[in-house]
Amino acid sequence: MPLVNGGKIVDDSFVKLAVDTPLPEGGDILVPAERFFGEADVLLKRSGKVGVIWPNNRDIAELVPYLGKVAAVALVFPTFRDGRAYSQARLLRERYNYRGELRATGQVLRDQFVFMLRAGFDAFEVKKQADAEAFMQTAKRYSVFYQPTGDGRITALHRRMQLRHSEGVGT
Amino acid sequence: MYAYDEIDRTLVNERVSEFRDQVKRRLSGELTEDEFKILRLQNGVYLQLHAYMFRVAIPYGTLATNQMRALAHVARKYDRGYGHFTTRQNIQFNWIKLAELPDALEDLAKVGIHAMQTSGNNMRNVTSDQWAGVAPGEIEDPRIWSELIRQHTTLHPEFSFLPRKFKIAITASDHDRAAIKIHDIGLRLIKNEKGETGFEVLVGGGLGRTPFIAKTIKHFVHGRDILSYIEAILRVYNQYGRRDNIYKARIKILVHELGIEKFSREVEDEWQHIRNSSLQLDDEVIEDIRSRFTYPAYEKLPHMPDELRQAAADPDFEAWRKNSVAPHKVQGYSIVTISLKPTGGPPGDATAEQMDALADLADKYSFGEIRVGHEQNLALPHVAKRDLPALWKALDKLGLATPNVNLITDIIACPGLDYCSLANARSIPIAQELTRRFANHELANLIGRLHINISGCINACGHHHVGHIGILGVEKNGEEVYQITIGGRADENAALGTLIGPGVKFDEVADVVEDIVEAYLALRERPEELFMDTVKRLGVEPFKERVYATR
Amino acid sequence: MTSPLEQKKIRIAGPSVVTANRTWDGIVVYRTAAKSWSAELSEAAIVRNSDEAKALLAEAVADDVGAIGPYIAPVQIGDDGKVLPGNLREQIRRTGVTIGQPAQV
Repeated sequence: MPLVNGGKIVDDSFVKLAVDTPLPEGGDILVPAERFFGEADVLLKRSGKVGVIWPNNRDIAELVPYLGKVAAVALVFPTFRDGRAYSQARLLRERYNYRGELRATGQVLRDQFVFMLRAGFDAFEVKKQADAEAFMQTAKRYSVFYQPTGDGRITALHRRMQLRHSEGVGT
Repeated sequence: MYAYDEIDRTLVNERVSEFRDQVKRRLSGELTEDEFKILRLQNGVYLQLHAYMFRVAIPYGTLATNQMRALAHVARKYDRGYGHFTTRQNIQFNWIKLAELPDALEDLAKVGIHAMQTSGNNMRNVTSDQWAGVAPGEIEDPRIWSELIRQHTTLHPEFSFLPRKFKIAITASDHDRAAIKIHDIGLRLIKNEKGETGFEVLVGGGLGRTPFIAKTIKHFVHGRDILSYIEAILRVYNQYGRRDNIYKARIKILVHELGIEKFSREVEDEWQHIRNSSLQLDDEVIEDIRSRFTYPAYEKLPHMPDELRQAAADPDFEAWRKNSVAPHKVQGYSIVTISLKPTGGPPGDATAEQMDALADLADKYSFGEIRVGHEQNLALPHVAKRDLPALWKALDKLGLATPNVNLITDIIACPGLDYCSLANARSIPIAQELTRRFANHELANLIGRLHINISGCINACGHHHVGHIGILGVEKNGEEVYQITIGGRADENAALGTLIGPGVKFDEVADVVEDIVEAYLALRERPEELFMDTVKRLGVEPFKERVYATR
Repeated sequence: MTSPLEQKKIRIAGPSVVTANRTWDGIVVYRTAAKSWSAELSEAAIVRNSDEAKALLAEAVADDVGAIGPYIAPVQIGDDGKVLPGNLREQIRRTGVTIGQPAQV
């Protein structure tokens, strides 16, 4: 499964651990939330980076005390139609000011890229190679946005205000 | 009318081009049907019994004549020459080809209409009073706010994959014509003591297999905070709404399971985090949207023009005028409801020819504006009273002057088993038969206001729970069986109907309705006591007795 | 979404066909014995037991580009061998809407 980060297909430095996979010596790891809480001290003392795989039915606020210590948070889309992780992503970015890697995992298709980018994701485990390759093209599909989100894109309402004011200045 | 600007047009065009790409990937097999299904639903494309069905949004029920002509064009070029107006200010085409859909969408985009979010588990078309902006006594035009909410909920990055569909309706009149109490969020526009505009917010209404009347969650939310308040409700719903069972996924179930107090606390907590954010609407932004709604240059006209006085001699005209013409906020003008319920016709259908002709009439007599109401009728919102006789003649020629608005033959019906893949029983033939039974206008008038609503399955698209008489089609041992309720209503006093007894067969439904009506005529205290009031006074028993005495 | 093949039991009570809607235009089609789709019910492959039904459905499901939403539908076989839809829904799918015809009072 290709990983897109920073708009490009990249190698994934993280290894995903299950609840009971033996802990590797070094290297970057992504661990399930329940394991992370059980072994946080040990995990965070290792040399590699640590990221957490966060289920979409658990309150993301629980992770807040650790946000400065983890290198990545992977949110889960168990199916294309389950949109809970969009709320979690916005909360992480906009309420809890999380600035590390925010990764979309699970059923990630090109048709969600724009929504995901707007919600604050910056890394994507894309299900299909063709979708990963089309990432940049798809991400640019829209130029108009009606809602303000943490991504900082200007909304249509405010774009109109700007246009109106610049017209006012010009005439 | 709200005028799209370059920004709105760009978005719609970007959406069309995205969907064109999605259809292409589907037809080439790059996307499976399972993957594509959500994408097509987000663009209003269902698979029905005979073909794909295509649902186009008519936000808050306002249509310009060039938009109506574009709908006629789609009916003619891509479909079979007609369309069906729904209870949520949408129009449906029943025979569209998937391969041609991107072209149809492109043609609609040219006049600023689209099919975004007309199905799927996202925020649907924002609906409102079809008399918005013209009804006497209205507090303020609710369409300004409808449009702000429409924009905010279009392609929302957080709420496009909700547990289930989500519908918002807004009214600004005492009499609720938008059925806000059967919506996921109902907004009643009001003013506070300072004269500032805001909303009473209701939540958790809906029909379907578990019907609920919406409950008030907050008595006053200031207009500037309405987007953040809606966002808070949606965020709570998106996270906690049930996703394990499609029948329990609507917000009404979450509200019911948590209780309105707990639910409103969750919303309040969330709201406090986001109300002072960029979601807050400043006056300038609101005024910008307001400025893009244009209103006709009304003339100063007499209350009772000569044309109207003379036409009063024609009993047919008078019958229509008394039934279909309502007061306008401006003297000398009227609101004209156009019944899409001709005797023997499918409720809510209009042919391409009728759509085109109506557009011409709206240009001539209604400042180029047409409205669509949730009762599946249309309206011309600004007709000078002096033009009423001429308009009536023209409508009559088109078969659009049936004087039955709000009467027993003004039936709401879903498409039922004739079109719908979910239906268990037919709805339209029941409606057709009832319109024939009660075709006599004097009889219908004698009966007075009486709404019959028919659904062909438990999903309740025909709003049977809130019909004064509700008819629900089910299937039993391979046969169509109909359950009858009475006492429902969809207005400001919304209530769910009560079942009167065992279901009846297809060919008994009209007889049963006749029995109910006869019982009402015999039981009412005076002619002014409406069916609803008699049912309220006496309960269902006397009606039940009458219906089942001989069955 | 649950694939129709994952339904625990596929049981048929009598002669049946597999029907669906054609992907590009949505029209009603029936699975034929020639591993294709036809708009004519008379050309549909008839299955008479659950194993046959399951096999025909599996083949139909595999052709996701050709047609969508395949399922097993009952049919009746007349004395003359003519294949007729087995219920009202399928009859409406085959012959079109019933409206315009007066209700049978």
